[in-house]
This record gives sequence, C-alpha cells and structure tokens, in this order.
Amino acid sequence: MKFSEQWLREWVNPSIDSQALMDQITMAGLEVDGFEPVAGEFSGVIVGEVVSVEAHPDADKLRVCQVSNGEETVQVVCGAPNVREGLKVPFAEVGAVLPGNFKIKKAKLRGQPSQGMLCSESELALSESHDGLMELPDDAPVGQSMVDYLKLNDIAIDVDLTPNRSDCLSIKGLAREVGVLNSQVVEAPEIEPVEAVHSEVPAIRVEAPEACPRYLGRVLRNVNLKAETPLWMQEKLRRSGIRSIDAAVDVTNYVMLELGQPLHAFDREEISGGIVVRMAKAGEKLVLLDGQEVELTAETLVIADHDKPIAIAGVMGGEHSGVNEKTQDLVLESAYFEPIAMAGKARHYGLHTDASHRFERGVDYELAREAMERATRLLMDIVGGEPGDIVEVVSWEDLPKAKTVDLREKRLADVLGLAIDRTTVEEILSRLGLRVEKLLKDGWRISVPSFRPDISIEEDLIEEVGRIYGYNNLPVTEPTGSLGLSVREEAVRPLSAVRNFFVAQGYQEAITYSFVDPKVQQLIDPDREGIALANPISADLSVMRTTLWSGLIKTVQHNQNRQQPRIRLFETGLRFVKDGDQIDQQPMLAGVVVGNQTPENWTNGRRASDFFDVKGELESLFQVLGIEIQFRASQHPALHPGQTAELLRDGESVGWLGTLHPQVQKNLELNGTILMFELFLNSIVTGYVPNFKDVSKFPEVRRDLAIIIGSEVSFAQVEEIARKQAGEHLTDMRVFDVYEGESLGEGNRSLALSLFWQHPERTLNEDEVHTLFNGVIDSLKEELGATLRS
Amino acid sequence: MENLEQLVQDGLSAVEAADNLQALDQIRVEYLGKKGSITQQAKTLGKLSAEERPAAGQKINEAKGQVEQAINARRSDLEKAAIEAKLASESIDVTLPGRGQDLGGLHPVTRTLQRIEEIFARAGYSVEQGPEIEDDYHNFEALNIPGHHPARAMHDTFYFNPGTLLRTHTSPVQIRTMEAGKPPFRMICPGRVYRCDSDMTHTPMFHQVEGLLIEKNVSFADLKSTVEEFLRVFFERDLKVRFRPSYFPFTEPSAEVDIEWGREADGSIKWLEVMGCGMVHPKVFEHCGIDAEEYRGFAFGLGVERLAMLRYGVKDLRMFFENDLRFLRQFR
Repeated sequence: MKFSEQWLREWVNPSIDSQALMDQITMAGLEVDGFEPVAGEFSGVIVGEVVSVEAHPDADKLRVCQVSNGEETVQVVCGAPNVREGLKVPFAEVGAVLPGNFKIKKAKLRGQPSQGMLCSESELALSESHDGLMELPDDAPVGQSMVDYLKLNDIAIDVDLTPNRSDCLSIKGLAREVGVLNSQVVEAPEIEPVEAVHSEVPAIRVEAPEACPRYLGRVLRNVNLKAETPLWMQEKLRRSGIRSIDAAVDVTNYVMLELGQPLHAFDREEISGGIVVRMAKAGEKLVLLDGQEVELTAETLVIADHDKPIAIAGVMGGEHSGVNEKTQDLVLESAYFEPIAMAGKARHYGLHTDASHRFERGVDYELAREAMERATRLLMDIVGGEPGDIVEVVSWEDLPKAKTVDLREKRLADVLGLAIDRTTVEEILSRLGLRVEKLLKDGWRISVPSFRPDISIEEDLIEEVGRIYGYNNLPVTEPTGSLGLSVREEAVRPLSAVRNFFVAQGYQEAITYSFVDPKVQQLIDPDREGIALANPISADLSVMRTTLWSGLIKTVQHNQNRQQPRIRLFETGLRFVKDGDQIDQQPMLAGVVVGNQTPENWTNGRRASDFFDVKGELESLFQVLGIEIQFRASQHPALHPGQTAELLRDGESVGWLGTLHPQVQKNLELNGTILMFELFLNSIVTGYVPNFKDVSKFPEVRRDLAIIIGSEVSFAQVEEIARKQAGEHLTDMRVFDVYEGESLGEGNRSLALSLFWQHPERTLNEDEVHTLFNGVIDSLKEELGATLRS
Repeated sequence: MENLEQLVQDGLSAVEAADNLQALDQIRVEYLGKKGSITQQAKTLGKLSAEERPAAGQKINEAKGQVEQAINARRSDLEKAAIEAKLASESIDVTLPGRGQDLGGLHPVTRTLQRIEEIFARAGYSVEQGPEIEDDYHNFEALNIPGHHPARAMHDTFYFNPGTLLRTHTSPVQIRTMEAGKPPFRMICPGRVYRCDSDMTHTPMFHQVEGLLIEKNVSFADLKSTVEEFLRVFFERDLKVRFRPSYFPFTEPSAEVDIEWGREADGSIKWLEVMGCGMVHPKVFEHCGIDAEEYRGFAFGLGVERLAMLRYGVKDLRMFFENDLRFLRQFR
C-alpha cells in the first residue's frame, strides 16, 4: 500500500522525521518497501494566470501569451493546445529550475521573446501526463509558489503489508499503528450521518448472505458528474498511486484509501428492477469496466439487477452500469463480502483490484455504514445531489461475531521469554483497540475489534504485545533441553564422503534443475515419460527428470560451447519416475566425463578418458563405500551398445556406466567421447563394519598364466571359473595383460592373469598349489576353449 | 732397502694418479697383493740376520701401511666423487609442474549447506530429508495455510495436479518428521525448493534450510539467541542482527531477520533480510498431534543461495544453476 506521509500526519503527527517514521513502522511489522518524493525537484515555479492569448505571427502551433505572476505581466510563448485566457497554470519564471536541472532562461521562439514557461504535470514530474498544461483551479492564488500551493513537500511511502494486516490497508489503520507506537492520540475526521431529502431507496435482495452478510445501498439523485474533483483530493489519490477518473470514482477510491472500505457507484438508470446479490449462473457474461468480457462461474458472487449481472462483487463493476458524466442518479454500494467467498475470485478472471485485495484479506465488517456516510458527504460537496436513506440488508448469523480472546500472563511470559508488567501489556493492547473486557485471575479477556479479523487466538495477542514492545527489546537466552546422542550407522557412508571422493578424482559438482527439457530427456530416456508440470516456467523446464543425465548433458553442452574441452561433473539428487499411481523419488548419483583423463602435462595427459578410467574410479568409490559391485555387459538406450555396463550388487541392478550413444551425441551436438554413470544412492551407501581376521604369518604364493580365448568370452567368465577352481585360499587375482593381435588369429585375444594363494595357518606346499593351478587351467580349457599361450 | 722407499714413492704417486676405483684396485694388487711388489719385499727378509730381521720387517709393514692408507684415502675420495657425480646427473627441475589429476570441487550451494549443517549438528540438530514432490496437505494445510489463504499467493507454486505440487519450502519435512516421531525435536531440513518465478533475483529452484526446535520450555528469547549465534558463526563476524515483526502462517509470533551489511567506508551499510523465523503456531502442533500447552517450539528458515551470495560475493543468483565450470572452479 502506497500512501502520502502528509495525509497520514493529518491523522497523527509524531514529532519524528520521515526516515524515523518509516523505520518505526518497518519495525512494527509494516515493512516499508521504499519511498519517493511526490514531485520532482524544482524551484521558481509559481501559480500564474494567463491574461491574454494571441496567435504567433510566424508559427501555427505557438501562442503568444501574457502571463501574470501576481505582480507583473510578462510575455510567454506557449505551444500547449489547452492554453487559454484566464487559465491558472504552473508558471516557471525566468531563473526557475525544473526537474532534471532544466534552467529557464529568457528566450526567443520564432522571433517572439518569451520570459518563462507554462508547465504540464510531467514537466514538474508530478505524473507522466503530457496532455497539455496542468490546469489549476480558478481559486488558485496567483503568485504563490507551486510547492506551497500543492504542499509538495511530501513523500509517497510504499508499505509491503503481510496478508494478515488488512487493517492497515487504509490511512485510518496506519494512523492507528503510528499512534500506538508513539503513544499519541489519533485525530479522525468527523463523520456525520447525511440526512435523506427524498424517500427513494434502492430495492436490494441478498440471495447469498453467507458470501455477503451485509449490503448497504443509497440513492443519490441529480448529481453533476461534470464537476471536477478538487485538486486536494486528486493530489492525495495521485500520491497513493491512483489516477483521478471522475468525481464519483475518485470519492469511492478516496474513502477506500482513507477508511479501508471499498465502495462502488452504479448508474441508477442502468439497474433494471433492483439490486440482487447472488451467485452467478455458470456461463453468464459480463463486460467489466476495463472492457474485458468475462464468462462467470457459479462460484462467483455477483451484484445483479433483475435481468443480468452488473458487477463481480468486491472485484470490479460492469461497464454498462458504471457512471459517466451523463449519469444523473447514483446508487452507492457499501458492503461486507466474506473473505473466504472472495478468495481467488479476482485471480480466476486475471484481475487484481484494490477492492479485491482488501475483501480477500478481510475488511472491517462494521465499517460499511460509516464509509457510506463519508462518501455521500464528500460526493455532495463535489457533485451536489440529493441523498436518500441508506438501505441495509444484514444477515446477522453470517456476519462475523464479536470475539473475545483470553491472554494468560504466564503464557505471554513463557512464549516471549520475558515477564512484561501488566500495565504495559494493558496499555499496548488498549491502544491497538484490543479492549480489556475483563480481568481474569491469570490474565485478561480481550474483546477483538471488528477491524482485526486476524486476531482469534492467544498467540495472536502475544504477537501483538511482543511486536509493539519490540522484538529487539526482548532478552536473548540460550535454549536448554535434552542432549541425547543420536544414532549414526557406521556402515552407512555419509553423502559427503561420496562427494569428497569425486572431488578428489577431479570432478566438479553440478546442481541442475529438477525439471528439464522433455526433448532432451526423450533422447536419453525414451522409454520413460517424465512427470509434467501443469504450470511450467518454460517449455524447456517442463518435465521432472527421470535421470540426472538430462541436466548433466545440458551442462556439458553449456561448457563445451564455452571452450571447456575437459569436463568432469557429478551431481546427486532425486529423480522422479512414475510407478503406477505413485511417484518414486529416488536419490541418485550421476556423472559425466569428457576430454583428457588428466590435465595436459609435459609427459602425457593428452589421452582421452575411456570406459576403464571411469570404471576404475567407480571401483575406487566402491572400496570407499565398502561394497562389491559386478559389471555386466548390457544395453541402455542412451548408451553405446558395445560400451554399456549394468552395475549389480548381489544380483540387483544399482546403476549404469557407459559411453553416450553416438547417435544421441550427434543429436545433441556434443564433442568427444562422453562417459556417463548413474547409480541409485540408497543401494550403494551401506557397506560393512570391519571385522578383524588374523593376519597370516605364512608366505603368499603367486602363479601367472596367459591364455588365448575367443574375443566373445568375457573376463568375468574367466574370473568366475578361475575363482571357483582356485579354492578357498585364493587371496587375489589380477589381470596384467590384455592383447589382441594377428598372431593370435582372427577373433581371439589373450589374457594374462596372476593368482595369489595364502593359507592362514600353514605354508602351502608346492603340490597343493600345482594341483589348484592346473585345475584352473584345465577348467578354462574345458569350459571356455582356452589355450595356454606359449 | 732403498728399493723399498722407491717402491713406496712409486706406489703413492700411482695412488695419487688413479682416477677411478678400478685403477685404484689395480694399484692395490700391484703393490699390496700377494704378489705385489711391496709384499714381495718380505722375501728379502730371509737373507737378513735374525737381528736385522725385525727392523726390516717393521719397515716393510710400515711401507705397506703407508700405501694402504693412501689407497683407502683415495678410495674414499673417489667414492665420494662418484656419488656426487651421480647426484649431479640425477638433478631435476623441481619447478616444473607436477603431474596428475586436478582437484574438482563442491558446488558453492553444497559447500554452504555443509557448513550450515555442521554448525547446527554441533548443537545437536539432526538433518532430515523429505520428498520434493509433495502433497497439498504437507506443503500447505498442515502448516496452517488452507486453500483460501492469501498467503498461498506468496508461494508461486508449481503444480502437477490440484493436490500434488513441488514443495515451496522445506517445512513439510518438519511436519513429516513430527508425524513420525515424538517431541522433543531438534532438526534442520535442508533441500531443494521450487517457486514458479524466474527473473534477475529469482530462480524457479533454490535451496532452503529450515530449522525446528521443540522442547517443553522454549521461548522467543531462545530463538533470538539461536538465530543471532548462527549468523555470527556462519559469517565469522560480529554482525548486528535485528528482528522485524512479520507474518508466516505456521509461526506466531513471526519475525524476519535482518543483518547490517556493507562497508562503512563507502556508506553502503544497510539492513539486509536474511532469514525468517518464529514460534511454532498452535495449529501446526495440532496437525502433528503435539500438545501446544505442553510443548513449545521455534522454527527458522533461510535461503542458501542468498547466504552463499553474501558470503562469497556472488552477484547473480542465476549463475548457481548455469554450472559454468569457470564459476564452479572458484569454490573448490
């Protein structure tokens, strides 16, 4: 809410400067978002009067005017279309300085001398309006400085109110707060009932009392809507960020700003039969004041006449029933609409109005009549007219009830951490309008005023006392409490250990969006449909990732486009996959590698990372985690069919490692061999707690062998057989050479293995080892067709 | 015997002239070996009388000793020179760069999160996680934000369908943890959160840490100390902190926390909002089946990127999610 400091000070005027005032309300919980002067900085501008206007001899669009400053008359050449004899205007005399440090000097325009300048609103930075000269009222005192005349020594303050503080959406409410903070009495303008001078009353029927528990109407006949809104009112509206439209609209806006009650004026002529407050019929149409035609839903409360809707209640009036300068008789509306019935209605039609903003948050349910009287009086002052009686339709059972809330002294002290003395508490509450209805044994019974719909429980009162007492005046104490120790499973490695492992391997951690481009994801994970957002921020962030690769691949693209040839990235986070009606949110660990395995250096370092580099890194990770993983040749749509491994733990799939499929890579315009892995974090983080075994004192025996096998035979097959035959005392098995070459014959390769044996309790003898070793060789020959390489 | 002295002189000269260990060894054989010229002198002893023999023998021994000593000294010199030569040949340019893997690095958000987690873990807070695709109940209802509440407009929510959404804060994790356990509680909930908003100062995804402490006797004054201490420990500075009344549906009283930030020298000091906090609202206790008369609690929440930006001087929020290596490498 934006308001004029001067206007506020008409209600309550503490002797503190603007900055102190703003700090004070900010610290009361009404956060000041900013402020701005209500006019540009200028000097030497006074109220001038155009005495005469003549055509310029040498220019069609210029006029030569004689302008009085109250003491003398000088000649000013002016191009504004609305300049005319007798007009009072802001007059920048020679020597004046306009906003933007624009100095006014004597000049000649097309040969005619000109001493000064007549100003528009935009030239004084009062508004954006360029529609000719700013026209001042006839009674503006010629010669008076414009700054004094318009009281421009003022700022517009913007407060960002939290949704609970609807009571501060008015000068009246803000003044109440400032009064409390400064222990000062607030001066409200006197509002007297206006007496009816005729007996015509609007016919009002409220068919939806739960949404509209109170509705007031009044007829104001024979108004003159050609009458101009007085400058003081226009100025207050302008400083509050509201444009002047016509007297009827201006007055309703003015009263809304002043008291917080949104009002509406209908043209009586356009109301057929009478006013009906009802829910809309689905499909009914209404053209609103902004020219937009809306199709109403059955959940929308409308103001209708006997034929059609004429306004969306509490949001915006209809164009047809609105007032214009031909309007003779007005029907004024002042109502209380229930916040829950109003919630989201404006937004449904793409609207947000000053009225809907207030009604959704809750308007004082006792305010309607006072506001109606205030608006009637102000209107009559401007447009004349004859008022009738107010008709009020109330559904008492639907109207909010007057509330009382008990506040316990001990609870107040317990929550705030400070016992505030009773007098201070009572003083704070009563200034806020929270009257002590009854003193209780352990506290107070407080009656909640109708303007504070946000207060309904004890905590609300505790907050009010704390807020006004000042949070920063409350003590600071250390929390006390139980200091139990929490469980930490040793076998589960913390995520930080996984992250640190990758950092040590040269990987940079990435954090990518959880929603991704469906087109990219389709390439990487074509078999799974990503869960789509109903309201994505953009098409390329519209489905949830089913694999972390979707984001990482885009990150590779981003960095390759920025001349980064060597990329090693990892990420941890959830992936989101549909599982029937359920959504699985699974923590994943993924990585991508492209470019040289090590940074280029002076001996080598120009070798691109390959499958086995990354596999080796993952194997190290598994050692860190204390788990055993098997790699099985497999197929994945994103990966190269001949370079894909599925990772298994105890036979269960725990992830994938492979080279990005060349076709996918081409489609994504990526360079280099891209290696990728993705693992289910929950499947790999639990290892084991070490369990000590005696260290064998006996020597270890090593035997090497080299075999030739068909290329289609995997090392895993060789290993399985070898381990089986080598017996329980085999301690290790390593591959020390892999060779493929013409000498071995087409389709063959050779593997060289070392086997290590050790017995825990004795030295293995030569014969035993020989037998085991030969058993290995024989089985490899028999089962895999291996031959020994000589 | 003149011959002996001559031999010694020759021997010493030869030792002097020897420039490698092999040559030196040859000289030793030549003079002192079994058939060495000095050794051979012993044969002359037989020709001498018994009286003369001891003195002559002694002379021979002395001669032997003299040459042997010279040889040993020379050997030691040559060995030393050989080691030195070897060392000289082995010297390397130690200023050449080392080889191997470059270190990677944590994302600055993770780095900041880990720091926050550590700080609170030391005070006995557990770290709790929860789903990111949430239901309306846990994200809103249970936190005292019913369907019609204007506060929903403060959360620009991503929806999948009317009841399913991306969590807009990590508070639902607190609800889930409270539902599953029994008070007292002391936890923080770090994680990704989502708001349908994207501009210079908003990204549609960001990170929050929310903290919750529930005990039988806890007050706003305790909350103040926790928040103030955290900020001082996090920034490693004696910051000025202020609590400004505010509104969150799930806490009451509620406050926003500002810190004084900037440099006095250039007059850039101002209050910056860094956290939100408050006493747990009775409605929240009610939804979690906790008796608000028996237990009280406080909660606080902070934006991780915001703290990281202040701590590391990052100017543009969006850089956190571009994952540009030139940005990321600055945080390792």
